[in-house]
Amino acid sequence: MTVQSWGLLALFLGVALLCVKPLGLYIAHVMEGAPIWPLRAGRRVEAGIYRLCGIDPEEEMGWKRYAVALLVFNALGALLLYALQRLQYWLPLNPQHLFAPSPDSAFDTAVSFITNTNWQSYTPEITMSYLTQMAGLVVQQFMSAATGIVVAVVLIRGLARHTARTIGNFWRDLTRVTLYVLLPIAFVLALVLVSQGVIQNFSPYKKVTMLAPVTYQQQQVNAAGNPVTDAAGKPVMQTVTTRTQTLPMGPVASQESIKELGTNGGGFFNANSAHPYENPDAITNLLEMLAIIVIPAALTYTFGHMVGDTRQGWAVLAAMAILFVGLYALCNHSEQAGNPRIAALGVNQTASALQSGGNMEGKEVRFGISGSTLFATLATTTSTGAANSMEDSYMPLGGMVPLFDMMLGEVVFGGVGSGLYSMLIFAIIGVFIAGLMIGRTPEYIGKKIEAFEMKMSSIAILVMPLIALVGTAVAVSVKAGQAGVANPGAHGFSEILYSFTSASNNNGSAFAGLGADTLFYNTALGLAMWIGRFWPIAAVLAVAGSLAAKKRIPVTEGTMPTHGPTFIVLLIGTVLLVGALTFVPALALGPIVEHLMLWSH
Amino acid sequence: MNESSGTNHDARTRGPRDGGGVAHEGPAKAILRPAIALLLVMTALLGIVYPFLVTGIASVIFPAQAAGSLIVRNGRIVGSRLIGQPFSNPGYFWSRPSATSPQPYNGLDSGGSNLGPLNPALITAVQARIAALRAADPGNDARIPVDLVTTSASGLDPDISLAAAYYQAGRVARARGLSVGRVRALIAAHAKGRLLGVLGEPRVNVLELNLALDQIH
Repeated sequence: MTVQSWGLLALFLGVALLCVKPLGLYIAHVMEGAPIWPLRAGRRVEAGIYRLCGIDPEEEMGWKRYAVALLVFNALGALLLYALQRLQYWLPLNPQHLFAPSPDSAFDTAVSFITNTNWQSYTPEITMSYLTQMAGLVVQQFMSAATGIVVAVVLIRGLARHTARTIGNFWRDLTRVTLYVLLPIAFVLALVLVSQGVIQNFSPYKKVTMLAPVTYQQQQVNAAGNPVTDAAGKPVMQTVTTRTQTLPMGPVASQESIKELGTNGGGFFNANSAHPYENPDAITNLLEMLAIIVIPAALTYTFGHMVGDTRQGWAVLAAMAILFVGLYALCNHSEQAGNPRIAALGVNQTASALQSGGNMEGKEVRFGISGSTLFATLATTTSTGAANSMEDSYMPLGGMVPLFDMMLGEVVFGGVGSGLYSMLIFAIIGVFIAGLMIGRTPEYIGKKIEAFEMKMSSIAILVMPLIALVGTAVAVSVKAGQAGVANPGAHGFSEILYSFTSASNNNGSAFAGLGADTLFYNTALGLAMWIGRFWPIAAVLAVAGSLAAKKRIPVTEGTMPTHGPTFIVLLIGTVLLVGALTFVPALALGPIVEHLMLWSH
Repeated sequence: MNESSGTNHDARTRGPRDGGGVAHEGPAKAILRPAIALLLVMTALLGIVYPFLVTGIASVIFPAQAAGSLIVRNGRIVGSRLIGQPFSNPGYFWSRPSATSPQPYNGLDSGGSNLGPLNPALITAVQARIAALRAADPGNDARIPVDLVTTSASGLDPDISLAAAYYQAGRVARARGLSVGRVRALIAAHAKGRLLGVLGEPRVNVLELNLALDQIH
């Protein structure tokens, strides 16, 4: 790793950590309805929304009612998003006159965006109208982020409240987190991104005359628009020379900001954050990374504050940060080392004052190795799945890091809300294991952890590996699954493993060579995303409801502290052990075998 | 609080009748109505008002950036500062290879090659690019910088590394009848470095550099 790579990490983590306390405190105040000025300023708008929607903001819900409200709201969101896509040709703001995506693709996309996954099997710039992107996809980028945050807050309430029957009001929680947290930050960030070159307009695509002509081969088509083939059935190619380049346009910045802030990852363009109109320079790259991390990191402080012991939150944050630095170091080191097969051709991959060097296939010059690998590690440890480089072209171990990041269950910062609630479930499992070792009833934040919590926690943790591994096994066994593979050998297996791991973790990043816009993958991954999102959420809400009903037990000398180094190590160990034991066999068949092949001669 | 107390009671019991409150008509409606209404209100606010507001403000305070950082020469749009263009003439600096289809730097097909590091197709492609660079510049036996023989993530990368620019300086100078020193000075004048020592990479914008080259004549 270069000094600059460490420097970038230090700058990034430093700024992010500075935001943790103020933002975490602010989110806590918003969710508790504290009398702070933003809530006073927005009171009328908030009350207007409740009135318009027939919501009683004072109603308190039990966990089952909360879960039903959440599921119904998200299911309706999926229906609306599906309808918008299928009807886009007849709706306004479609200057390119784009047709509707196929039903299976629209289903996959609808599920993908309501589950905060943002897996994209389509090429946005030639598929989605401006209206679909902004009124469909962007709305769900806000709503799925808000959904994640409210579930985390409910789990915190479960720990903070005692002998309580209720855990909050879904409508009020969702509205508040959207109005006071997500929308203002997204709005300001969007404008800052525009100032640096991210586009924001409703113009049709622009044709420009390039400085020099380009000559290329393309498949010949007949008058009816069908490809022409020769007698042997091979496509007939023709040589074309042109000076025209078409620049895509659109309301990009308003999507880019919430795409990162809500750990969504669904880009306006196919190249995602590698596209210069989404991420034009190193400053926007830093801002986008900060947008990804601030809420997941700050929620640890929200947690500590709401349970009345901020050390609890810092301990969770420390475990996340330690794992993150290690994963980044491995990814960066592997990519900076470069590709030995390309080095053998006499190509210069050495870092210097004139170039970043390393494995530059699928990376942008302005981000180099450090800006690409930091973004990749962050986008996969959080459930964002955005990409400013193509992970499919990473070195075997460099590409294994994003894959393994997801396999840890998206708890290293994780998705907005989902990261914290999944990490707290790991904490519960951690104290349970510790309790077994020392032979006493496990407890966490003054609550006894009993059979019901352990059952629900196990479900929350085990659903993801189950779908990821079973899905991969099915896909590699059937023709429809094998057909999507783009790279030969072990790398092809990694592509499939990556896709199901990404979907079941609601990450959305990809080894993008995989041809996933097929009936098989759209359906299978759509189901994986749905189950991977809402099954754990239901289990987490159940844990929250059960914990809220319990009595608080006082801290005694026998209580295991859950804020010190011992606990941090225990938590890291639990996360790594579950992730490693579950997935190492699969990793051995993919990236590890590929790594051995690459360096074996 | 009129109906919540009953529902809350339901929520804590685990009887067979308990469906979280949706089993009977009243509570079902009590969830559907706010769900539909809130979804529509949020769609209007986040899906319409928010993007239009951002667009409106951006078009006033950052009009050039919002419209795509377009470069206009003699009344014609010749490209965008942010979107790369392909060059194959020895008198221009070449951009990075692009994996877009069917033509390189196709603005409607952003994306990378997605070739894995062991894929023979990657190695073959790199070999062909090396051969093309060597053929255009026979006397130059310096090691070729990696970004010049690998495709970018977007396929639209507007930049090349400074190493890649200096590597091409001799060829460009010869083709244009300029001194190498003059061309190297032009690169240096357009070079971008690292902000705060860590942000960004040493690079130069190819389109801007080539436009500047054309200004010399």
